[in-house]
Amino acid sequence: MTRESKVRNFHQAKWDEPVIYELSSKGERGILFPEIEKEIEAIVGDGISKLPSNMIRAQPPNLPELSQMQVLKHYLRMSQQTLGADLNVDIGQGTCTMKYSPKINEQFATAPKFTELHPSQDESTVQGILEIIYKLDLFLREISGLDKFTFQPGGGSQAIFAMVSIIYAHHEANGEAEQRDEIISTMFSHPSDAAAPNVKGYRVINIYPNEDGLPDVEALTEAVSERTAGLLITNPEDTGIFNPRIKEFTRIVHEAGGVCGYDQANANGVLGITRAKEADFDLCFFNLHKTFSSPHGCGGPASGALGVSKEFMKYLPVPLVEYDGSKYHLNYDIPKSIGKVRSFYGVVPAILKAYSWIMSLGKDGLREVSEIAVLNNNYLLKKILEIRGASAPYAKGRHRIEQVRYSWDELYKETGVTTEDVTCRMADFGFHMWSSHHPFIVPQPFTLEPTESYSKTELDEYISGLKKVVEEAYENPEIVKGAPHRSVVHKIDHDPLDDPSKWAITWRSYLKKSKK
Amino acid sequence: MKKRKAFIHPYIPNSVPEIKEKMLEEIGVKDIETLYEDIPEELRFKDEMKLPEPYLSEYALKKHVEQILSKNQTCQESLSFLGGDCWQHYIPAICDEINQRSEFLTAYAGEPYEDHGRFQALFEYASMIGDLLEMDVVNVPTYDWGQAASTSIRMAGRITGRSEILIADSISPDRLLIIRNYCSPVVKITLINYDKETGKINLEDLKSKISDKVIGIYFENPSYLGVIDDQGEIISDIVHKYGALCLVGIDPITLGILKPPSKYGADIVCGDIQSLGMHMQYGGGQAGFIATRDEERYVMEYPSRLFGITTTIVEGEHGFGDVTYDRTSFHDRIEGKEFIGTASALWGITAGVYLALAGPQGMQELGKVIVQKSQYAINKLSEIKGVSVLFSQSSHFKEFVLDFTDSGKTVETINKSLLEKGIFGGKNITREFSELDNCAVYCITEIHSKEDIDRLAQTLDECINGGGI
Repeated sequence: MTRESKVRNFHQAKWDEPVIYELSSKGERGILFPEIEKEIEAIVGDGISKLPSNMIRAQPPNLPELSQMQVLKHYLRMSQQTLGADLNVDIGQGTCTMKYSPKINEQFATAPKFTELHPSQDESTVQGILEIIYKLDLFLREISGLDKFTFQPGGGSQAIFAMVSIIYAHHEANGEAEQRDEIISTMFSHPSDAAAPNVKGYRVINIYPNEDGLPDVEALTEAVSERTAGLLITNPEDTGIFNPRIKEFTRIVHEAGGVCGYDQANANGVLGITRAKEADFDLCFFNLHKTFSSPHGCGGPASGALGVSKEFMKYLPVPLVEYDGSKYHLNYDIPKSIGKVRSFYGVVPAILKAYSWIMSLGKDGLREVSEIAVLNNNYLLKKILEIRGASAPYAKGRHRIEQVRYSWDELYKETGVTTEDVTCRMADFGFHMWSSHHPFIVPQPFTLEPTESYSKTELDEYISGLKKVVEEAYENPEIVKGAPHRSVVHKIDHDPLDDPSKWAITWRSYLKKSKK
Repeated sequence: MKKRKAFIHPYIPNSVPEIKEKMLEEIGVKDIETLYEDIPEELRFKDEMKLPEPYLSEYALKKHVEQILSKNQTCQESLSFLGGDCWQHYIPAICDEINQRSEFLTAYAGEPYEDHGRFQALFEYASMIGDLLEMDVVNVPTYDWGQAASTSIRMAGRITGRSEILIADSISPDRLLIIRNYCSPVVKITLINYDKETGKINLEDLKSKISDKVIGIYFENPSYLGVIDDQGEIISDIVHKYGALCLVGIDPITLGILKPPSKYGADIVCGDIQSLGMHMQYGGGQAGFIATRDEERYVMEYPSRLFGITTTIVEGEHGFGDVTYDRTSFHDRIEGKEFIGTASALWGITAGVYLALAGPQGMQELGKVIVQKSQYAINKLSEIKGVSVLFSQSSHFKEFVLDFTDSGKTVETINKSLLEKGIFGGKNITREFSELDNCAVYCITEIHSKEDIDRLAQTLDECINGGGI
């Protein structure tokens, strides 16, 4: 990186790595498992002949055969061909809160004192981990103002589904489950806020944004009725605009007899500033893998921490972790519980990491996290708006919370370069840049969320990257349209992925179809 | 907003006051509070969060967390025979090495270019699970077996256009709770009895409940009670006659020696990959898979991400990407299939590493050693007076049910005595199955030595009969 250009002369690792089956060499072994003791074999024989003959596998599975170092090398090369948050200025994946996941927390979560715990152990042997689960519940009660948390959902979407299940159970208990068959959400809330209620049989009404980018209160007033089961809404939505009338939303829905669920996947800018309680929500959830620093793991394992107000505690999934003043225990005695949404107690490593993260920051630290996330975001907003072709629809001149949904529409109209093109070109400089969920209400969208983890220098570097790509788009758009040039691979052919006669989701399928 | 003293935290670079000032100046505001102008007073949290004092030094934090974790007593320190949806198998060192790599650990949702490795690793995972199952389509992992089974049922419901599912009641009770909640109120669940002698599915009960209104049957093989059901082909023939589907749940580690369900007529197969390289993590290592044939009517009903292999503009270069992305709720929040979000990808990558290391021979040898050891344990434990092995005429893989009724002692008492001797006894299922009073599911894997099994037998005998065998 020279002082003048401010962008790196980057090239991602490009190993041209074959698919693992292409590396297979007959007879090689990657690991040997324990052998059977002779004394056991003398008594039971080969074991297999005692199984029902029609249940014995005829041929060994057609797995690749590689020695150990060759497996390691293959996976290390693939890891180098993946751009994790630890390596880049990961502010381009808006809504994802790609913050730093501290390594000390990884040490805790990979220590045998934690990893070698079986979930059905006697409670007396798991007092340590139960204490952590219980205390994180206490912390999140403070952060949200609600009264009890479960960590059972294995991600934000599963937490949304659990909220919907609780809403259903509530109306069922009141004999209104059939009558109340509609859930209201907003277009800028996460897609699962609409999709999950659908699974539960609800009709979903999606409120569109008004010219300020906020869900329309009037549209909500029209949408509610005796059929309203509840509201699922993100705030701030993916635009990063805080909805100042959120309390009117909960009031209107409550008056219609509905239950209000707060999707707090976007909470990174509001810790200690504003809470679900003050906005009168009955339910809420946080993503421990976003706001609370547990790493994203290429898409999980994750955790959706689900909180409820007192009235809704009776519907929570079993078991709940409780404390009687001397011992922690698992409470299965919740007669109106929705049952379970995930096995056991949730993704416990994420719980442990979130606990440790909060303990490393405390109340002042959490506020600092949010304030700096907001500072970084507004700094970025200022700088992005200075870039030719970029805009931030809605709320002109206002500040935003933790992220912004921007648009390249002007760039597109002037150069023909799309968001997808810019994304591909940004990869050439070692950056991600994400568009948005569908539908693209904001044309040629891109969403940036700088969190608290990146330095000003890093933010400036990302901005320089965008500036460079835009400069190219106006001067030599073909470079951008033909990107990536310096990433792992070149432009992929999308068509086979949508063609049933060509798509191949496994190697065995690929071999069959490529022979034809 | 109250003034706090300057707080420079190692995780927050721009908490340095001079940088803060500079950035505020660039933005053109005098303080951070101004940036929150859109949050009205009435919504502000006026109090302070009541959180414990933080451990600011990493050393203090480490001491604190380790002190809490030290209260745990692990399966490594003790001798555990717990199974039932989470299992203690050996984890090859390379599994941990790969899933702790910064690149995989901290990546998320990049494009098939800069995240090519993520796509390829998950494609390879699906490919290897596909070869284990002998099925052509496998999803990017979902949350766990419970979710995989639930989604399999909902997929089958959409494929058949029907709304009642038959479920073998030898299923894991926790999983049944997950399925019930996921299916209610759209899909009705009817339970099929298992045969109380053999532990296998009661075919008469199945025949009396199957109809052309039914989506199909979902059963697990081996079951939660550890029984290998050899009637798979008969079961799928029965349901197929009614245009219904056969859904089977399995633990993939059994498939080095057991026949995959696709070979006895299963249309959708699901299960958990925790056994393939994931530490137990107090239940945090679960991840679910769903597999089908490569038929459009099946593929189009998956809610999951499906990664496929394709070409690029450069001859000979492998590319990867999303197959039929438009089916997902990411693309269409209203018409998309069920919903998709962050689930368990890293465990999928890890299971791929495990299967690549094990290879065909490893999976076969592993399966063999596990059944040998569990058969030895069944022999040994059934010699103890007061202990009987249920469904002993059927075969088992790694789990089996011990009935302690004749011992005159409860499972709770026995497990307490075992615990005092450093042994975690089998999972108490007394409360899970009303007809299995005083029973426990024991699990034997490759990690148990003859000595371990003998120690269990001897200790059990001492607990029950007060002496050696």
